[in-house]
Amino acid sequence: MTDQSMTSEAPAQGRGKPVAERAGIPVGLKRAALLIGLIIAIALPFMVKNFTIFQLTTVMIYAIAILGLNLLTGFNGQFSLGHSTFIAIGAYTTAILMEFGGFGFYATLPLAALFCFIVGFLFGLPALRLESIYLALATFALAVATPQLLKSAPFEPWTGGVQGLLVFKPEAPFGIPLNSDQWMYFVTLVIGLVLAFFAVNLVGSRTGRAMMAIRDNPIAARAMGINIALYKTTTFGVSAAYAGIAGSLSAVVVQFVAPDSFTFVLAIGLFVGLVIGGVGSIPGALFGGAFLVYVPNIAEELSKGLAGAAYGAILLLVIYLMPAGAAGLVRAIVMKVLNRRA
Amino acid sequence: MIKRSLTVLAGMTALAVAALPASAQTYGPGASDTSIKIGNINPYSGPASAYGTIGKTIDAYFNKLNAEGGINGRQIELVSYDDGYSPPKTVEQARKLVESDEVLFIFQSLGTPTNTAIHKYMNVKKVPQLFVATGATKWGDPDNFPWTMGWQPNYQSEGRIYASYILENEPDAKIGVLYQNDDYGKDLLQGLKDGLGDKVDMIVAEVPYETSDPTVDSQIINLKASGADVLVTIATPKFAAQSIRKVAESGWKPLHIVNNVSQSVGGVLKPAGFENAKGILSTAYTKDPTDPQWADDPAYKEWAAFMDEHYPEGDKSSSFTVYGYAAAQTLQKVLEQAGDDLTRENIMKQAANLNDFELGMLLPGIVINTSDTDFFPIEQMQMMRFNGEGWELFGPVIDGSVGS
Repeated sequence: MTDQSMTSEAPAQGRGKPVAERAGIPVGLKRAALLIGLIIAIALPFMVKNFTIFQLTTVMIYAIAILGLNLLTGFNGQFSLGHSTFIAIGAYTTAILMEFGGFGFYATLPLAALFCFIVGFLFGLPALRLESIYLALATFALAVATPQLLKSAPFEPWTGGVQGLLVFKPEAPFGIPLNSDQWMYFVTLVIGLVLAFFAVNLVGSRTGRAMMAIRDNPIAARAMGINIALYKTTTFGVSAAYAGIAGSLSAVVVQFVAPDSFTFVLAIGLFVGLVIGGVGSIPGALFGGAFLVYVPNIAEELSKGLAGAAYGAILLLVIYLMPAGAAGLVRAIVMKVLNRRA
Repeated sequence: MIKRSLTVLAGMTALAVAALPASAQTYGPGASDTSIKIGNINPYSGPASAYGTIGKTIDAYFNKLNAEGGINGRQIELVSYDDGYSPPKTVEQARKLVESDEVLFIFQSLGTPTNTAIHKYMNVKKVPQLFVATGATKWGDPDNFPWTMGWQPNYQSEGRIYASYILENEPDAKIGVLYQNDDYGKDLLQGLKDGLGDKVDMIVAEVPYETSDPTVDSQIINLKASGADVLVTIATPKFAAQSIRKVAESGWKPLHIVNNVSQSVGGVLKPAGFENAKGILSTAYTKDPTDPQWADDPAYKEWAAFMDEHYPEGDKSSSFTVYGYAAAQTLQKVLEQAGDDLTRENIMKQAANLNDFELGMLLPGIVINTSDTDFFPIEQMQMMRFNGEGWELFGPVIDGSVGS
């Protein structure tokens, strides 16, 4: 799967490449940006208030979920307006295992990912029969149903019903001198980096090319011998697993899970974050996450009574100014600067 | 002897020295000679945005106070954030208020799941989570959560009030209960049972419904078959309206008590049919601004004048504006009592030290009482009967104190 990683020098122009790579920002520049980003990410928690650390952690958690959605939508062409469901499943898996199973948080994380992968894979089977907008509608139904199912009687002994479940937040182990906000920030950062690395390699691999071939032309992909059903359902599963990991992390960071945390508003939010960040861009997920956390706050600052309208106006403005998402904008600026020098 | 008193003296000096910094520091975070910074979280957007009116009313009320010179010469600075009724957002906003805005306390944060999300956080941080806007009974737990206090009558109190009315007026009743199968329904049912005490076997049937049920018709038929002659409906508006209608259709004539959340004339009784709803009982604790009997009431006039001057776009027929107004006045009282000692400890101490405090927009006779062990400010309600056109209050104000 890692035969052609992001270090590939091929100046590919095809749609298949992530937006930021299409016209090839030089690899050296990318690496430098990654390094600077990492240094800032490591230094930040020692420079800002705990509340800001918590917000940044939330941004990364959203980014992980958006990354998962991006694999599905951006690289495989399947729409989902129901990823709030997988976040909910991940969050509740962690909360329930910790509450009733006596599990530690770290043990629940891979289980949440695995469970979401299975559910996502299984949901991907009937989804095979649904094309684009119909799939969007089917997944949306999932998102609408989730909060009610979590509240319903058969699940209530486990989910805690409307009241939800309180979750214990892990402290830094081995006497590492970090408070719990800083610790969860770094846990999230490391998991996010691993998942981003995996996503980059997946997209650059044979599997990734197959995913994109299915997106671009399913008939041609089939003619080349790609097992469309298998790739589509697996992608759905992987995407759901990303969302599940995000959910699991959010459960411990927020220290609480409740049905009202996972409404369709969250599902729409992820979709907005995906488009804002840049469909088909892996670093773009971070911009999407930041948009989800900060823009509603900005909108509220502008006008309390018209916060929704202000949010809508900002959204329109952003789409107008960055038609290819944040990643597209960055790429355009960098290319312009490089071309001027050349 | 001398040696011993010396030791005592030394001990007392040490104590006094230790206590000195605490007593000299009369300001907690957010408070100063000129202002008091208070946090609030309301759903201004999202599915529960109707409740946002409460936050806007509170804001308008503090603007009025500030225009009149503030409280003890200090201006009230209310920082109110939107959480869209989403618990993770509530956590973010509460942390922003406490850690970034550094408010003295959070007042009237709204909703049961949302407040549950920050319950532990606020108590670990020792920041008052004062007069939360939800009816759950768990907010009055000073032993485990000394930094959290409710305000409105809790569901268990309401259940006890129905029990006490039934014991008084229908001692031989056979009670059937229809309840919503969630925390709210179970909370209220528990209060009813506690209030009946050793007469709890007066309840001959208790039938739950799910919010996902299309109707409660079959539940009503089962309750009728149980032979009950008093029906207590613990239901949200849609289901309460269905139950009133079905009871009438089935020719059953029980004494029908409908809980406080479903007393809306327009939202429940009208769809159920005024003729069907005639004779129904419920409870109230605030003055209904649409009720003509308060038209000449000085407190009502004061409220109406406040609405006209400071919140003209607000809905004067909405119970939410009355609610926010009365809650803000309760806080005003607490801050007046706190005087110049504006620490978080003293805010909780004064909130737990309200004695027979009366509010103009609460029904006459209802008083607010709190103590170290009583974190339930309003625990009294009055019974009322629907006469086919409007609610008529009757009988005394009934106390439903939990633990009484």
